[in-house]
Amino acid sequence: MKYTLAVLVEDKPGVLTHVSALISRRAFNIVSIAAGYTEEPDITRITLVVDVDDQYELDQVVHQLSKLIDVIKITVLNDGESVQRELAMIKAASPPERRAEIINLVNIFRAHVVDVNKDTMIIELSGEESKIDALCELLREYGIKEIVRTGKIAVGRGAGTAKES
Amino acid sequence: MERQEGKRPLNGAEIVIECLKKEKVEFVFGYPGGAVLPLYDALYLDGFPHILPKHEQTAAHAADGYARATGRTGVCLATSGPGATNLITGIATAYMDSVPMVIITGQVIVPLIGRDSFQEADTSGITTPITKHNYLVKDVAHLARTLKEAFFIAGSGRPGPVLVDIARDVFVAVTEFEYPETVCLKGYTPLTVGSEDSVAALSAALQAAAKPLFFIGGGVNLSDTSPLMREILDYTGAPAVTSLMGYGCVANDDPHFFGMIGMHGTYAGNLSTKAADLLIGCGVRFDDRVTGLLEDFATKAKIAHMDIDPAEINKNVVADLKVVGDLRWSLQSLLRRLKEIPREKWRERFDPWRNQMEGWRQEQPLGFTQRNNYVMPQAVIGELSRLADRDAVLVTDVGQHQMWAAQFFSFKNPRTFVTSGGLGTMGFGLPAAIGVQIGCPGRQVVCVSGDGGFMMNCQELSTLADLSLPVKLFILNNRYLGMVAQWQRNFFGGRYACSYIPTKTDFVRLAESMGVRGLRVSSPALLPETLREALDCDGPVLTEIIIPEDEDVLPMVPAGARLDQMILGGLSR
Repeated sequence: MKYTLAVLVEDKPGVLTHVSALISRRAFNIVSIAAGYTEEPDITRITLVVDVDDQYELDQVVHQLSKLIDVIKITVLNDGESVQRELAMIKAASPPERRAEIINLVNIFRAHVVDVNKDTMIIELSGEESKIDALCELLREYGIKEIVRTGKIAVGRGAGTAKES
Repeated sequence: MERQEGKRPLNGAEIVIECLKKEKVEFVFGYPGGAVLPLYDALYLDGFPHILPKHEQTAAHAADGYARATGRTGVCLATSGPGATNLITGIATAYMDSVPMVIITGQVIVPLIGRDSFQEADTSGITTPITKHNYLVKDVAHLARTLKEAFFIAGSGRPGPVLVDIARDVFVAVTEFEYPETVCLKGYTPLTVGSEDSVAALSAALQAAAKPLFFIGGGVNLSDTSPLMREILDYTGAPAVTSLMGYGCVANDDPHFFGMIGMHGTYAGNLSTKAADLLIGCGVRFDDRVTGLLEDFATKAKIAHMDIDPAEINKNVVADLKVVGDLRWSLQSLLRRLKEIPREKWRERFDPWRNQMEGWRQEQPLGFTQRNNYVMPQAVIGELSRLADRDAVLVTDVGQHQMWAAQFFSFKNPRTFVTSGGLGTMGFGLPAAIGVQIGCPGRQVVCVSGDGGFMMNCQELSTLADLSLPVKLFILNNRYLGMVAQWQRNFFGGRYACSYIPTKTDFVRLAESMGVRGLRVSSPALLPETLREALDCDGPVLTEIIIPEDEDVLPMVPAGARLDQMILGGLSR
C-alpha cells in the first residue's frame, strides 16, 4: 500500500543525507521523494511516498524518521483529505504530419507544449499520478524520447497545515 | 581591557576545550594527526587530560567503556580520513548498545573538502547510519552551539553516539566564545513522561496475570533504574529474566532472578517465556538472539513493552501494552500503582509461578562437565566471580567466553558488565577495559577475552603498562575462534574453516615485552591460586588460561528455533 508523508525538516546541511540514509538502512520502499523550500525560511518540506505492507510498517517508517534530529514533524496525508500532484515533462517524437494529433491529446489532458522543434516536442503536465501515466501511455504510440517526473507533492485540504497538525 | 565573563575571543581549538570543560568532561580518549594538530596544541597548552592508546579504534571503545561503567558521556578524538574511519567499529558498537558518546574528528580545511584531498574521508556521510546524529562544522561561529547540541543529544532520551566533524581551519579561526545555556532543536524533544493511562493499563494487566515475567534489558542499566526494578520484583514477587545487556540490574543471587533468555539463555528462563501469560519488556529491543523463532516467542503471553524509544515498540515483537517513556518515570509510576495493593496479596498471587520457575532452575541449573586435567572455562568464570571484589567491573570481548561470563559470573550491581551486545564486536574487550579503568580508578577491572578477540587489539597491552592501568586480563585460550568453531562443529559437519589458530605467539612473553606481567595456567589444581595471584597484582596483568579446544556454550537454541528447543549442557555441578 502506498502512503504519502509530509516530512518537515530543518533546512540544515546533511538533512537529506540523514533522511535518505535512514530509508535505505531500514530497508523501506520509497516510491518517490520530493523536497523544497516552504513558507518558513529554515524549514524544508519533503514529500515522501512509501510502499509498505501494513499499518505496522507505516508506523515504523514514521517512528524511525521521527527519531532523526532534523525531522520536525511528519504527517500522513490520505488521498481523500489532500491534494496530490506531480509534474512531468515528456519529450515525445512529433513528426510534422502527426503534430496536430499530439496537440489534440495535449489539450484533452490540459497539458502544455513548452518546446517544439523539427522532430520532437516537450509536453508539460501536472496532475495526479494516474493522469500522467495515462498521457504517457497514449504518447508511447508516437515514441517517447524522455520522461522527467518530479515525484509527488501533496498538501492537506482545508485550513489546517502540516506543521500544526 | 576587562573581558566580559562568558564572552571572549577564542580560536576553534580553544572553544572545543572550553566546551569540554563546560560539559564537565574529565578525559578525552584520542589519537593525534594532521587535521587535529591545532586542537592537540590547545590540549597541550591547557593540560587537558588526554588518554593516548595505540589505535583510534581503542579510543572509541575506551570512551564507550568509560560511558557504560560511569553513566557519563564518553568523548573521543581522531584526525580526518583514516583516523575517523578507524573509529567506525567503535561508533557502531556504541550505537547498537545506546551508549552516550561524543566523537570529535578533524576534517580537511573547508576549501579542500570534496576534492579527495590528503586524508579526506566523508566522515559525516560514513557515520550517518551509525550515529544518533552527526555534524560537519565549517564555520567557527557554529562550533560552540554544535558541541552543546551534541552533548545534549548524546546523553538525553535514548542515548547514543553523536559525531562532530570539524574542518581544520575552524580550529584556528577566532570568534567570541559563548557557550549556549540551552539548546533549541525543533525536531528533538526527548520524551520523558508518557501516558499515565498506559501505566494504569499495565498495572491492571499485572493484577489480572497469573504468570507475569519481567524481561530486563540494557535500558534499565542506561536509565539507572535498577533500584526501582528490584523493588518492583521484591514487592510483587514476580520473576525476572534478562537480556545480555540487562545483567547487574537485578543481582544474580536475587531469588526473583532467573538469568538470561535467548540463544544461550537458562533453561528456566527460556521455558518461562513459553509459559508466561504476561511478558513485560523493560528497556529491551527483542533482538533476534533473544526471541529465537519470532512467531513462537512467548505465544501464551500478552506482551507489554516499556521503552523510551517509540520506534522500538512493534519493531520486532507486536506489543499488546505500550508504555512509551523514560523508565525513570514509568517504573516509578508502576511501582506506585502496585503499592495500592498490599505486598502479601501480590506475593501470594505470584509465588506459585515463581516457585514453578524455581523448580525448572533446580531441574536444569547451568552446569558443565569437568574434564580430567582440564581447566574448564565455566570454572574460570565461576572462580573469578568468587574471587573478584564485590564492586568489580567485568569487561568481556565477544564469543564463547562472553557467553560463559554472562552465564557463570554472579553480577551484583548495575553497570558492572561491560560487553558488546548488539554489534558483537571482537576486539572490544581490552580497549573497553582501558576506558572502564580510567572512569573507575579505584575499582577492580576484570577483562575476560578469548585468544581470537584479544589478538585483534593486543597492542593495547602496551597502553595498560604505559598508563599503569591495573586491568586484570584473562585470556581463555582454546586455540580456536571458539564460537565460530562451535557452529562449525554443530552445524557445518565439523569443518573448521579458518577457525583453528595454533599460533606460535607466546601471550605471556608478549605481555612481558610490553611491560605487563604475564601468567599462565593449564592445570585445574593451580587455577584458584593463579587467579588469586593475578587479582592481587598491583599493576596490569595478563593471565593466559589454557582450556579445552572443543567445549560448547550450552544451553543453546539453534538459530531460528523456538526458545524451548534448547540443546542442554552437561550437568555435573
